[in-house]
Amino acid sequence: MKKALSVLLATAMVATCLGGCGQESESGSTDAAGSAAGTENAASAEGTAEAGSVFKIGGIGPTTGGAAIYGTAVMNAAQIAVDEINAAGGMNGYQVEFKAEDDQHDAEKSVNAYNSLKDWGMQILMGTVTTTPCVAVSEKTAEDGMFELTPSASSTDVIVNDNVFQVCFTDPNQGTASAQYIAQNGLASKVAIIYDSSDVYSSGIEATFVEEAANQGLEVVAEEAFTADSKTDFSTQLQKAQSAGAELVFLPIYYTEASIILTQANSMGYEPTFFGVDGMDGILGVENFDTSLAEGVMLLTPFAADAQDEATQAFVTKYQEAYGEVPNQFAADAYDAIYIIKAAIEEAGATPDMSVSDLGTALSEAMTKITVDGLTGDGMTWEATGEASKAPKAVVIKDGAYAAM
Amino acid sequence: MAKINIKSIKKQTRDHLLTFAMVIVVYVVVQLLITAGQMSSLMQGLLVPMCTYSIVAIGLNLCVGYLGELSIGHAGFMCVGAFSGAFCTKLLESVITNKILLFAVALLVGTAMAAFFGFLIGIPVLRLRGDYLAIVTLAFGEIIKNIINVLYIAKDVDGFHFAISNGNEIKLSDEGTWLINGAKGITKIPHLSSFTAGVILILISLFVVYNLVNSRSGRAIMAIRDNRIAAESVGINITKFKLMAFTISAAIAGAGGVLYAHNLSTVTATPANFGYNMSIMILVFVVLGGMGNFRGSILAAVLLTLLPEVLRGLSDYRMLIYSIVLIAMMLFNWAPKCIEWRQKLMAGFKKNTEKGAA
Repeated sequence: MKKALSVLLATAMVATCLGGCGQESESGSTDAAGSAAGTENAASAEGTAEAGSVFKIGGIGPTTGGAAIYGTAVMNAAQIAVDEINAAGGMNGYQVEFKAEDDQHDAEKSVNAYNSLKDWGMQILMGTVTTTPCVAVSEKTAEDGMFELTPSASSTDVIVNDNVFQVCFTDPNQGTASAQYIAQNGLASKVAIIYDSSDVYSSGIEATFVEEAANQGLEVVAEEAFTADSKTDFSTQLQKAQSAGAELVFLPIYYTEASIILTQANSMGYEPTFFGVDGMDGILGVENFDTSLAEGVMLLTPFAADAQDEATQAFVTKYQEAYGEVPNQFAADAYDAIYIIKAAIEEAGATPDMSVSDLGTALSEAMTKITVDGLTGDGMTWEATGEASKAPKAVVIKDGAYAAM
Repeated sequence: MAKINIKSIKKQTRDHLLTFAMVIVVYVVVQLLITAGQMSSLMQGLLVPMCTYSIVAIGLNLCVGYLGELSIGHAGFMCVGAFSGAFCTKLLESVITNKILLFAVALLVGTAMAAFFGFLIGIPVLRLRGDYLAIVTLAFGEIIKNIINVLYIAKDVDGFHFAISNGNEIKLSDEGTWLINGAKGITKIPHLSSFTAGVILILISLFVVYNLVNSRSGRAIMAIRDNRIAAESVGINITKFKLMAFTISAAIAGAGGVLYAHNLSTVTATPANFGYNMSIMILVFVVLGGMGNFRGSILAAVLLTLLPEVLRGLSDYRMLIYSIVLIAMMLFNWAPKCIEWRQKLMAGFKKNTEKGAA
């Protein structure tokens, strides 16, 4: 009995350790470049930094663990934006320091990261990257009156407090916009949905899509769910969609699962139109995925890395030089977030010697007055509720690249 | 004979009192540091999680150390406690305005629900032994997590709405609020946990487990652990005592869950907080602290909660370092060669001091 117990324990321990290390090395390779660049920047920033003469912006997101791609992208892009702003004379004439903390996509760890940044002297929070941790952290920022701008936490639960603003679309917005787009462009009348019921983002979009689909006269013929524990085989869901006669399959999910769905649909000989949301961005970069399968897939995303406008091109080139990767939508949101903070600071005429809560009040007021042209949308404005208003962009994958529709 | 017995009991009591004293001294020191403004926000934020994990580790230690049954589903009981506690708070928030009373009610409900589930799961599960039991508890933890992820409960003027697997079935009027919203879990939970509440809970859990293991029932439980057949042959009701220990263990984990939920404004059942990894983490606290050693469990829980946060300076390498430190600590604490070496070192140290004194 004791022996069996110890063997089981040892296996479990090794498994957890290996699991942890596996994820570590995955993100480690990309982070090595990131942290090297980060230290250089920190060194240059420290040269000019004196107490009370710099804005200290903190960033929270998962840079380790399963959601590390998103957190790493956000932190890298934010650092690029901060460096640009510092080189161009700073925000409202003051230099900016940026520090990122890891939250492993966990609410409790996120609050720890927030407290740790507070000890560092953070005045403005650019975060957090993912929704659930963001709900927990925005409670804390509300207590402290700190200004918080999240690049990518899209749930409406995030912005219940007055001090929190979003760069991305809210989940309801994405669901509604997708349903409207499909109906108005006559893409299909019978729609199937495959979504992740254990994911806040996915189930949030799904709920509003179904609601709006009814208003738009779309018929939802199949609502098929999967969970984080069973996301490798979608043949059942696809078969149900096929037998229900769906002409369009709506996929409010992330690109990893979407790539599996596309591959399996192809091998089944099922060829509906696939329609995704911003989480689908990145599907062309999935390893061992035949990108020709993604031909004709439509997605609603605020950012496409191969858009031809000058700002996007400049950002993508810079990001690739620094980190050796093509930036995704999260990176673009974070890049915009830093520039939005800059615009708000300049609108409010804020200075770094203001107290955290004074700064918070001033910036929250300024947010409703500013209009920002960014990578993820032209003429972005904000309501006092914290919701961003910008036009959704739909793109279609044509010849292995995103093309505007 | 009688004399020796009394002496040994006294030693045990002394040991227990030392644990209580340790908790109280730490509490007083921390409170002093906070009043003096000497504590960083990070540390202050970590106090409640440390209490939470200590409590859950105490609960699991009762199951693993005294009952001798390996449970890797304790995060599931924590999850039950967290959700039922938070659900209760959301429901009674407008009725009970006294925060302490509200938290106490949530705590009672959470603990009772976890105990109920522990009892329910215990009936079939405790017929198994060893590895089989471990696997079934693991399954339980995963099932609980998945059930909560498809549970939708809302309240509006028409009363309660309830749905499974599809929240769209519920059409809320404008005044309605979501109590549990599927994968989004419970949001806007009032912040009721505090370090004081956590410490009180630790003390209560310690009081319960120490009294249990020193009681007649506790000795029966240990007899079952040490030799099931011998215990059965002297007339010990195996099922009864096993269930008793398992239920209490689950209840304590549930209390930890309530504390967890009321520390954050949101609680969701994700693999990170109530999944398999968390169960293993709690087991690691117990194993590192020593099976059957409640003080060790608390120390290990505090240390291992603190470690990754203290290592934040190492940026993304911290989780790697954390794993290595964990392996090193485990070896230092429990490898036979290490124990031998430590004893030799201690003996040498004692000799030296004796020599010095002479």
